[in-house]
Parts: sequence; C-alpha cells; structure tokens
Amino acid sequence: MINAVYGVALNFRAELEALGDQLNRDPYKKPPVAPVLYLRPRNTWNVSGAAIRMPADANALKMAGTIGIMVGRGYVAVNDVSIPHASYYRPAIRQRCRDGFCVIGSEVTERVPDEIRTFVNGELRCRASIADLVRPIGRLIADIGGFLTLQPGDILLIGEPPDAPLAKAGDRVRVEMDGVPPIENEVVVE
Amino acid sequence: MKTARVAYAGAIQHATEHNGGLRLADGRVLGEDAVVWLPPVEAGTIFALGLNYADHAKELAFKAPDEPLVFLKGPQSLVGHRGETRRPPGVTYMHYECELVVVIGKTARHVTKKNAYDYVAGYTVANDYAIRDYLENYYRPNFRVKSRDQATPIGPWLVDAADVADPMNLPLRTLVNGRVTQEGSTRDMIFDIPTLIEYLSAFMTLSPGDIILTGTPEGLTGVHVGDEVVTEIDGIGSLKNTIIGDSEELHVG
Repeated sequence: MINAVYGVALNFRAELEALGDQLNRDPYKKPPVAPVLYLRPRNTWNVSGAAIRMPADANALKMAGTIGIMVGRGYVAVNDVSIPHASYYRPAIRQRCRDGFCVIGSEVTERVPDEIRTFVNGELRCRASIADLVRPIGRLIADIGGFLTLQPGDILLIGEPPDAPLAKAGDRVRVEMDGVPPIENEVVVE
Repeated sequence: MKTARVAYAGAIQHATEHNGGLRLADGRVLGEDAVVWLPPVEAGTIFALGLNYADHAKELAFKAPDEPLVFLKGPQSLVGHRGETRRPPGVTYMHYECELVVVIGKTARHVTKKNAYDYVAGYTVANDYAIRDYLENYYRPNFRVKSRDQATPIGPWLVDAADVADPMNLPLRTLVNGRVTQEGSTRDMIFDIPTLIEYLSAFMTLSPGDIILTGTPEGLTGVHVGDEVVTEIDGIGSLKNTIIGDSEELHVG
C-alpha cells in the first residue's frame, strides 16, 4: 500500500551544471540549499502495462526513468512523467500532476541498483548512474528526514536524469534497472 | 452536521458535536478536552493555495497571480485540534495562516464552476504554518517551509456542505494567546471555491477525501514557543494549536 510519493528535482549534477549562473539570478537568486521536493499525488499513480495519456495541451512528454526508494522495503523502477517545463520557480502542479503520470513498478529489490535505463521504442535513450547524484541516497533521506518523516509506504524518487527522453503518442517507453522486471507503457492520445 | 475523528479509550472513534462537546457513535457524551482530536478527514491529496487573498499578496509584496498558485503537502503534515506544532530552534519567523478547507466529496474531472459545489462534502479549518527562514525559490513555497511534520493543524470538525449557506462569505480570524491578530473574510479570495475546483479538475482527477486549503488573508505575525494559536472561521470551527520547542517535544528538563 502506497502512502505518499515524493520526487526530488535537480538531484543530478548535470542538471545543476546546465542551469549554471541562472541559479544565482532571478527568480532563484541562489542555488538550492534543501532538496527540491515535489509530490506525486495519488491520481498520478500508474502501473506497468497501462496507458500514459498525453494531455491535449502537451506536444511531448518527458520520461524520467528513475529509482524509487520504497521506505523500509527496497527499490522499485519508476517512470516519472511530466510535461516539459523550464522553470523551477513555482510548484509544477499542472505539468506533473496529470492522471497516470507516475508509473511505479510492482516488484522490489533490496539491492541498490547502480543505474536506471530508459528506452523509447526499444532504443536506449538514457542511462543514469547513481554516482551522478547531487545527494546520494543516504544523504537524501537524511536531509529530507530533518523536516519530513518518511515512513513505510512512502516512495522517494531519487531524481530526474538530465537527458531523460521525450515521447509522443504511439511511443512505447520501457524503464529498467537490475533486480526487477522492466516497466513498460505506451503513450496514447488522451 | 459537524463530525470529528477522535481517539478515546484506546480506539479511533467518530463523533458529532453535542452542546459544545462531543458525542461518540455509541452515545457517550464527552468534553472536548477528554479526547485526542485527529484530523477530521483521512485526507487524500492535500492542495494548498498561496497568495489567494489580494491583501495578503500585497503584504508579501507580490502581485496577485493570474492563475492559482497551488502547492501540495505530504500526509504527515497534518495534526488535529488541540495538537502541538514544533518551532525549530534558531528560526526567526514562523507564522500562522488561517484557512478555509474544502473537502471533496465525489470524483471530480472537468467540473465547471456552475456545478462545482456538487463535489464538495464539507468544510473545515486549517492553520497552514510557515517557517519563512526556510523559503527558497525552487518550487516555492517549498516543502521545508510548508510540509513539515505536524505543522498543519486541521479541524476540529468536518461541517457538512449542506449546513454552510455561503462558504464565500465567512468571517475568519486568528488569535494568539487570546489576542486577535488576523481578521478577514472568505469573500476576499482571488480564486473562489468553484474556480479552484474547475481549475484543478480541468487537468487532474479529484477524489473523495482530497482537501484544498484555500489561502489566507493579511495579518501575519510571528509565533513563539508556548503560544496558543487559535484559527477560527464562523460556522466552521475554532482550531487550537500550541507551539512547542524541542525541550517539550523530547520531554527533557
């Protein structure tokens, strides 16, 4: 039973590097201090094999294959889908909180996966290593735990790979990591 | 009808308002200090609004937004009536925010303003505390400010929608240690309840038990360890919370 699903933005070093000096300018003014959290509310939860619906107001969707830390249990594969957006200033509710936008694998591995791979129509498009995280898993949990207690049933997504691919209606997207079966979904027109 | 969830005699119980106190489902009548008050609904998705009163936006030196500024809170953020909220050591500005809460009663998708109230089960009160020391300009207002453990008191009652004639015309206020520090009316919301339901349900599905904290008017002041903070809305309820520091929380000294 899932309780809450949290994501962390800007937790891959290349994302911060790509923003560069923008982090010091308006509207951000300085680089982030605490983990940049967002919530994946229950309407977004989806399963492997189900459709990912492309909203009428989007041209393509970002497929952020990532690792979900299932508190007290282990690791699951997740496809953290969003409508691409450049700004991190305001919570990206409209871009992230669409129905079915968070595909969560049903099988758990106790071993920390080294990397997560995202395929679009069978082609490997993104390979993200946990060595490239701003906050590695232990540090991430500790820093969030300073103000928000993660509990069994919560899932924490470690970050969105910087080169996460886009997909369009008709594309099949597969996210895989070692130790669990891949999750795979087709993007369809809403 | 006003209903509550409370812990009493080793069980979680449903209660209704009775002569200023409460009455359990089995008929026992109790004073409000005899029970532990839980959040009146088992909340699903918790939405909150920033800058939804023009005077408050001005107070914070922001121009009123052209679309609702919505943020989400985690389930561990809620705490019931007569509960305690921690003020971390060393912070300089922690303030309350008295807010009307809308509780969704049925599945809502592509709802129009005209029909929006059909999807409301009822109302309650929240105090959406913020610790401004932790504000950052990334997904602002960020979780460290707004989704802290037990830092969003809610309750005491869930008031049936049928018993609230006009939710958009309710006086609200905050009292700190008995002194009124914030006063306003829900009529001054920038985006009213039907607009918020239409806005959210246009791009996502709302479900029974989802709640929307609708924002706060001007009149923010800092609160400190030991303060008793009451946020109240006429006809909905009076929600009490006490600010604690680490020594109380840890029961040392």
